[in-house]
Amino acid sequence: MAKRYWNEKIECMEHSEMQKLQSERLVKQVKHVWDNVPYYRKKMEEKGVTPDDIKGIEDLHKLPFLSKADLRDAYPYGLLAEPLSNCVRIQSTSGTTGKRVVAFYTQHDIDLWEDCCARAITAVGGTNEDVCQVCYGYGLFTGGPGLNGGSHKVGCLTLPMSSGNTERQIQFMMDLGSTILCCTPSYAAYIGETLHDMGYTPDDIKLKAGIFGAEPWTEEMRHEIEKSLGIKAYDIYGLTETSGPGVSFECEEQTGMHINEDHFIAEIIDPDTGEVLPEGTKGELVFTSITKEAFPLLRYRTRDICVLSRKKCSCGRTLIKMTKPMGRSDDMLIIKGVNVFPSQIETVLIKDFKATPNYQIVVDRVGNADTFEIKIELSDDMFSDTIKDIATLEKKLSADIVQILGIKAKISLVEPKSIPRSEGKAVRVIDKRKLV
Amino acid sequence: MTVKQLSVFVENRPGRLSAVTEALADANINIRAVSIADTTDFGIMRIIVNDTDKAVEALKEKGFIASSANVIAVSADDKPGSMAAIMKTLYNENISVEYMYAAFLNPEKGTACLILRVDKNEQAVEALEKAGCKLLTQQDIAEI
Repeated sequence: MAKRYWNEKIECMEHSEMQKLQSERLVKQVKHVWDNVPYYRKKMEEKGVTPDDIKGIEDLHKLPFLSKADLRDAYPYGLLAEPLSNCVRIQSTSGTTGKRVVAFYTQHDIDLWEDCCARAITAVGGTNEDVCQVCYGYGLFTGGPGLNGGSHKVGCLTLPMSSGNTERQIQFMMDLGSTILCCTPSYAAYIGETLHDMGYTPDDIKLKAGIFGAEPWTEEMRHEIEKSLGIKAYDIYGLTETSGPGVSFECEEQTGMHINEDHFIAEIIDPDTGEVLPEGTKGELVFTSITKEAFPLLRYRTRDICVLSRKKCSCGRTLIKMTKPMGRSDDMLIIKGVNVFPSQIETVLIKDFKATPNYQIVVDRVGNADTFEIKIELSDDMFSDTIKDIATLEKKLSADIVQILGIKAKISLVEPKSIPRSEGKAVRVIDKRKLV
Repeated sequence: MTVKQLSVFVENRPGRLSAVTEALADANINIRAVSIADTTDFGIMRIIVNDTDKAVEALKEKGFIASSANVIAVSADDKPGSMAAIMKTLYNENISVEYMYAAFLNPEKGTACLILRVDKNEQAVEALEKAGCKLLTQQDIAEI
């Protein structure tokens, strides 16, 4: 019989024992950060907290928060807690001007991260008999490297496909008998559609499970993917700041993601007051990494809104569960798996037009793929009587958007005052996707 | 000798052309020539009118993006080969035609009028006049 847990001792640990482990690790981690990260030490001093005040997880709330703005301020080395000579890798978020996050890893950090991913693969039934096809992007993005490492740990035959060239993905899937698929949910849906377009059915492939994350998706999408590929579709959560995918993962019950609590302490806070909310309340998710050496974030505000629950799970794991993120407490959009801030689009417009024209971002989901359109009100300066000049402007804008965001947007030039304003203020983002 | 052409940005959705022409009608502007260059999402409407400045003002007032540019209005005999002769004249001078269209007016009996947007206006005017073509003035446009 297939192994049910990658690390049964941890994954099924008594809650009180887990708290003890978390407390020990937290105390040690706070000292590590205090000694090695002047940026955070200063924050602690400002709040009047020293490592002596942190005796266990009951004292966690005394520590100051870290936000994405802190990561930006401290870029690139300000939150590094190990000498660079001890670091072996960096990973980075989608590479967005002004908002880039670079995370550092020691070899030990990578081992633990891959271990978290191995738990996720085991939880969906993966063993060394499986063929695991990883079609997350490889490179700076954490998706590919994380699941690739987890797949190696479990001993799966790993196909490091990265994303794209879908027909080839399907060819490999058939020829090598892939049984587990790891990618973004929208790409999984696309692979499903392509499979059918190529004239195949789920009976022609051996896939049994998929691990999908890095972007929001719905239960309806889960059912569609499961049907089109003939698999069970599981969610996985993570963020570059805390390591990558594998911070939490879904089990066979498919009712939320178990957080790897031996590495990450999760809290839910009121995004406005910062007050810690009781279990079962909706709020902003905050993580404290208690085992990371190179890039140990304490009380990092993810901006993801979700609910935590310690309700007994039928899989036997005692790790706390989080719901899928239900939204964001900032204006960040996740489009095609990429983090997009409206301010980045403004940066491009200012650069190309030397002014900020009125614009609107329209995001929708057609089938299972995100569409991304930027409407821009034309001004006198941008206008010309030849199509060529306007087309050149559109092309430049389109190229600059790809450069900054890493994804393509449809640029639509519209007449002045055609973007509706509410109470005089332009509505910058229209998200028509019915997520959550 | 060039004439002024009005250009208007028009989104591809129902009612926009109606709005442009209505704005011109309200300002008592007469349209002497018109063409539309279209893309998937928008078009550029190019119009020759009796009073370009007034037309630009009227359209801007209604919130349209409008501008004016200098183009050449050339009168040609209404018979085979006259357009070919005009094109040949420009080609001989290595002048590029960005776009062109026909006007709704006949300067004289048995002639037609072409509106030309070229890359080198002065050179084109000189070459066409040398070749014996009749070019129309702003006043001709307003009065014919």
